Amino acid sequence: MSFVFWILAAITVAGGLAAVTLKNTVHCALALTAAFAGLALMFLELDAQFAGFAQILVYIGAVAILLVFAILLTRGAEEKTEKSVFSRTWFTGLVIAAAVFAVLAWAVLHSGAALPDHAGLPGPAPQVTVAQIGNALMGRYVLPLEIVALLLTAAMIGAVLVAMHEKGEPK
Amino acid sequence: MNSEDFLLGEGILKGLKETARNALGSFVSEERLTTVQYPEQRIPTAENARVFPFLVYDGSDWQAGLRCVACQICEKECPPKCIYIEKSKDKKPDHVGKMQIYPAKFDIDVSVCMSCQICVEVCPFEAIKMDTQFELATADRFGGLLLDREQLAKSNEYYHQIHPTEASEVDARLAAEKAAAEAKAKAAAAAAAAKAAAPAAPKPAAPAATAPPTEKIPASPTAEKEGDAR
Amino acid sequence: MANTLDQIFVLLKHWIMGLFPSALQPIVGVLLSVVAIVAVFPGLFALTTVLERKGLGRMQNRIGPNRVGPFGIFQPIADGIKSLTKEDIIPVSADAVVHFIAPLVLVVAVFMGFAVLPMGRNMQLVDMDAGLLFFFAIGASTEVSIFMAGWSSRNKYSLLGAMRAVAQMISYEVPLLMSSVAIVMITGSLSLVKIVEAQNQYTWGLPHWYIFTPWGFAGFVMFCIAATAETNRSPFDLPEGESELVAGYFTEYSGFKFALFFLGEYLGMFSISGLGSTLFLGGWSAPLQVLQFVPSWIWFFSKVMLSIVVLIWIRGTLPRLRQDQLMNLAWKFVLPMTLLNLFVAALWRFMGEGWLRWIVCSAILIAVYVIAGRIGMRRGDFGPRTYRYAE
Repeated sequence: MSFVFWILAAITVAGGLAAVTLKNTVHCALALTAAFAGLALMFLELDAQFAGFAQILVYIGAVAILLVFAILLTRGAEEKTEKSVFSRTWFTGLVIAAAVFAVLAWAVLHSGAALPDHAGLPGPAPQVTVAQIGNALMGRYVLPLEIVALLLTAAMIGAVLVAMHEKGEPK
Repeated sequence: MNSEDFLLGEGILKGLKETARNALGSFVSEERLTTVQYPEQRIPTAENARVFPFLVYDGSDWQAGLRCVACQICEKECPPKCIYIEKSKDKKPDHVGKMQIYPAKFDIDVSVCMSCQICVEVCPFEAIKMDTQFELATADRFGGLLLDREQLAKSNEYYHQIHPTEASEVDARLAAEKAAAEAKAKAAAAAAAAKAAAPAAPKPAAPAATAPPTEKIPASPTAEKEGDAR
Repeated sequence: MANTLDQIFVLLKHWIMGLFPSALQPIVGVLLSVVAIVAVFPGLFALTTVLERKGLGRMQNRIGPNRVGPFGIFQPIADGIKSLTKEDIIPVSADAVVHFIAPLVLVVAVFMGFAVLPMGRNMQLVDMDAGLLFFFAIGASTEVSIFMAGWSSRNKYSLLGAMRAVAQMISYEVPLLMSSVAIVMITGSLSLVKIVEAQNQYTWGLPHWYIFTPWGFAGFVMFCIAATAETNRSPFDLPEGESELVAGYFTEYSGFKFALFFLGEYLGMFSISGLGSTLFLGGWSAPLQVLQFVPSWIWFFSKVMLSIVVLIWIRGTLPRLRQDQLMNLAWKFVLPMTLLNLFVAALWRFMGEGWLRWIVCSAILIAVYVIAGRIGMRRGDFGPRTYRYAE
């Protein structure tokens, strides 16, 4: 595995660790943003251009902003956090994390790309272009697309209703 | 959004056109470039501009021709109390020849002065007027803006330069006063001569001697009324 | 000869690359392009600051700076020396690490956006298949840095300015993207190089620029509004409004960090003007077929500078929009118009060549614009103003 991969992996893991161990919540959100960036760069290194850019656009450009807004608007930026960042139920958390890791490791090892006789990039892997993703979305996966659209519309209507309800109250 | 516009963006386009006219017109027309390259060029001040007061003197010797008689009315009327006057011990003749005291010290603290012109309005002797010089910045924090008698005294010719109309009016008034005073003096001398020449008829001469002085008294209050109503 | 002048920078780069051993050549090539971008665009930034001050001055009946050099062109050097030698003040309760990183993130993100702009024939840094997507992704990362700047100052005015700026940038990202999607639909590719090449054809001597089509013109107007709002530029500069919020999210920055923010803002202006020129104005292609002998990079930079002049012109003309007016404009006017534009562009594509599609598409767009405009300009009866207080 190449040198670039090790750097990007270090960035991602460091960001993730910082996101769970830092005291200040906004610092955690920013460290998570660094972890997202590391992931996006790894997508790009694997030549999955659309996935990488969509990761930056959606995660860093929208989800990270959402996180910090949520932290700020719910008074999470106060300095008085608890003394220790480790909770009392650490053993349960460790078990669940190990279980998730096991499932992901099984999935990765059983896919073709991780077999040790592939050198570097997998040879005859298909190059996924944006046009192919578009065709797939409109052809084979059009039903999930429409359902997701309905879900997003419902979420937007709900947000508008919540905001409008405040406006309708007597001053 | 003006409701007389037909389309939505029309106001913006009109605004853009106006700004472009301004920008391009500023290269060719004076009206669209109203700034001057200060301090190399200066815009001439208007005639009734006023900044800080100065003392007027007639003639060429500022000490002899200073109009101020140290009556201290301006010192008392000044709202921020920026004028400080000390009277002199001796007297000197003024423009009509009467012996008047003069100010030994006349200080105006220009950093306190608020240019309200009240001192000019109340002065009965046309001695203090408003100057138009504003470039008085100095590095001396403590005494640099305290102007004394010598710095404040400026000639009548200078007054004519900065406020020509006003200065002409003031000169006309002072000349009228002087003429009135001279006429009064001549009439008094004639009355005294008539009194001395006709001692045999003192009774008919007494009403004749008192008549001319009563004519003169209304003349000087009107001159002063004109000065106050300015 | 014309071809050599057109490709002179590319030839220069290849020549310098040839001087190095072949193992190092790709790195040297990339480094040369990066050095060129880092040298040219800050130079343009310096020129733009003078141009802006003098332009705004002339529009406001005064002369701009004219002491530091003939016509004041060395003023940026004086400004640079001033900002370098000013004391760098960090408030005591500010978050020092985040406060330091914020301008760096902004400048890095904005510089990365220049990597996909085709500045001339064969003159882009990287030819990515998803170049447009890369550009927008990087543009979205600038919001994080603005938020970091506002939050780390521990100043409620900075935080308020940062929130407003982020809200404004998010709400105008959608119209920006949607007006570009129409272009992508017609071209069939996300690569900026292919978009420019698609516009580089001529009919009767006139180019196929997308601004000359009905949906392209409407899209260009929407793109301009959204781009002005994305770069926090007047009339959308409430987050940095000098009379409202001191300086908004960069209140607590002084000296060189402030200069970096300033640089980042102007470079953002350049990159989005570059993108607008690439998408709508044909990038490096010449306006008339007979003018193709002029090098392509001259056309690109002229178009960018023209956009900058128009931005300065708009800044000198229009008053600032209030935050709620800004948001209303984004969600209630620009976004529906861009959706309509997308539909009209699809109609254009599927109607085939001919004069009919021009008439139909123009008619739809003009009719909707006039009706929506007249409805929007109607003066509703305003009762007494009511207020809604935050809980």
